[in-house]
Amino acid sequence: MTAAGHRHGAAARAVAPPAHGTPSDILGGTWFVLAPVLLTLIIGLPMLALLTRVPPGALLARLGDAVVREALALSLVTGLGATAIVVALGLPVAWWLATRRGVAMRALEVVVLLPMVLPPTVAGFALLMAFGRAGLAGRVFALAGVTLPFTTAAAVLAQAFMAAPFFILAARAGFAAVDPRLLDAAASLGASELGVFTRVVLPLSRRALLAGAAMSAARALGEFGATITFAGNLRGVTQTMPLAVYEAMQSDLDTAALLSVLLLVMSVLLLAGLGAASGLTALGGGDARRGRR
Amino acid sequence: MPRVLGSRWLWLAATVVAAAALLAAIDLFAEAPAPRPAPVTLTVFAAASLTDAFGEMAHRFETAHPGVKVRLSFAGSQQLAAQLAQGARADVFAPADRRWMDDARAHGRVDGEPRAFARNALAVIVPAANPARIGRIADLSRPGVKLVLCAVSVPAGRHARELLARLEAAPGCGPGWVARVLANVVSEEDNVRGVVGKVQLGEADAGIVYRSDVTVPLRRAVRALDVPDSLNVLAEYPIAVMADAAAMGAAHAFADYVCGAEGQATLERHGFQPVARVP
Repeated sequence: MTAAGHRHGAAARAVAPPAHGTPSDILGGTWFVLAPVLLTLIIGLPMLALLTRVPPGALLARLGDAVVREALALSLVTGLGATAIVVALGLPVAWWLATRRGVAMRALEVVVLLPMVLPPTVAGFALLMAFGRAGLAGRVFALAGVTLPFTTAAAVLAQAFMAAPFFILAARAGFAAVDPRLLDAAASLGASELGVFTRVVLPLSRRALLAGAAMSAARALGEFGATITFAGNLRGVTQTMPLAVYEAMQSDLDTAALLSVLLLVMSVLLLAGLGAASGLTALGGGDARRGRR
Repeated sequence: MPRVLGSRWLWLAATVVAAAALLAAIDLFAEAPAPRPAPVTLTVFAAASLTDAFGEMAHRFETAHPGVKVRLSFAGSQQLAAQLAQGARADVFAPADRRWMDDARAHGRVDGEPRAFARNALAVIVPAANPARIGRIADLSRPGVKLVLCAVSVPAGRHARELLARLEAAPGCGPGWVARVLANVVSEEDNVRGVVGKVQLGEADAGIVYRSDVTVPLRRAVRALDVPDSLNVLAEYPIAVMADAAAMGAAHAFADYVCGAEGQATLERHGFQPVARVP
């Protein structure tokens, strides 16, 4: 099963009478049908279980609970703040990565994409070692009277740290897909490099950028490990929705379920926004290229 | 694979098969009686403050009972109780207060009557460098002090708030002191070792933990303030065997060991006050 045509043939044979296919073909074909069904169940069943756990009436009645309200407000503020930081810092970085090569770019790429593969608790501990009061940079901040841990700013920083790679990857793919001849044309008409970037590159890759921003926002909204390790856990200050779910799970299951449903709804909205932003599918890169055609 | 996708009956059949397989699998995992392997594994759910004492006891117990492997799970008592309520398998439960033992009993998880096996006083700790210059307990209410406690649902958090309420009567504190101290709380940890860590790292200016948490190696990193014995709070630790313990015999043996002479001596060495009557 190497060529695409071969694969199609095998799959088609799987539904045809067995006389035409070898046993391995049938097994393979069945697996291709079973896999999506199984995966849908594995992911869909917990979502369904969550939704059936909370009656809609109770959901509305508890929406006013101080724990829920404060966590929701804090998550919205920190999530938006983190996404704004990620976009502001990520745009130039993604542009460098999309247009330049070399050892320095390779190193930059490794550094900025690292949080994607780093366990969040490790990220939180590392943030503490760097920006904590006794940390490498934190010691300098402390001289100026600024301490980060246990503040809302620390929660934003933890989220931005974990969410940045998702925006940068999408933005880089979007930038790379812009036809270089358009850039040359704009430059030949007298536009500065920054002018080309803001007036040609940004509009052409806006779908990828929106999709990346939505991915980053979703990641920031769901951040848990780095936040609780670096920023601590205090209602209204650093207790974002995932932290509130974790704490409520240990003493108040109804609140935990309600917060989970809220997060699920917000995530679905972001996913829908993501779909709308990128045209068809969830990831920015391919679509940006499609948009170019 | 358009032909495969198009055949509706196959999709339907596959869905049914997959659903049945999944349900069967769930059923299998949920209903299957725990296998009794020749070497017995004993699962002990214990309060985070017991980490060092139970670690040592488990080791000694294993040496004395060849063939028994003790698996320890440490967390905030409220978290362990929540896991038990959700059906987690354990053989022995040792939380840091009566409340969460009662919770486990209310869920029908406990076999017989729990036994109190240790008491633990509280300690107010500050980093060795003492960045907030806290010299006595009354200083905890000074504006800007970064205080870390456990959440109220955690036994250590409940005990800490009780201690603060009692300390209001101490010299230098006075009315309104507790409210000012609680306004200084910058984080609520989900177990007492989380508080220790934040103080040890120097991120928090002060924390309230158990006296047993101030272990010998920790004494280099943190300093404990004097809490008058007459005002201190004593946490009482109960231990019980789970009703559905897979290793029932070993579970009772372990609980007996903790309450026995050797267990009590180990606890005392780790800063606890023994309570169980030594047989």
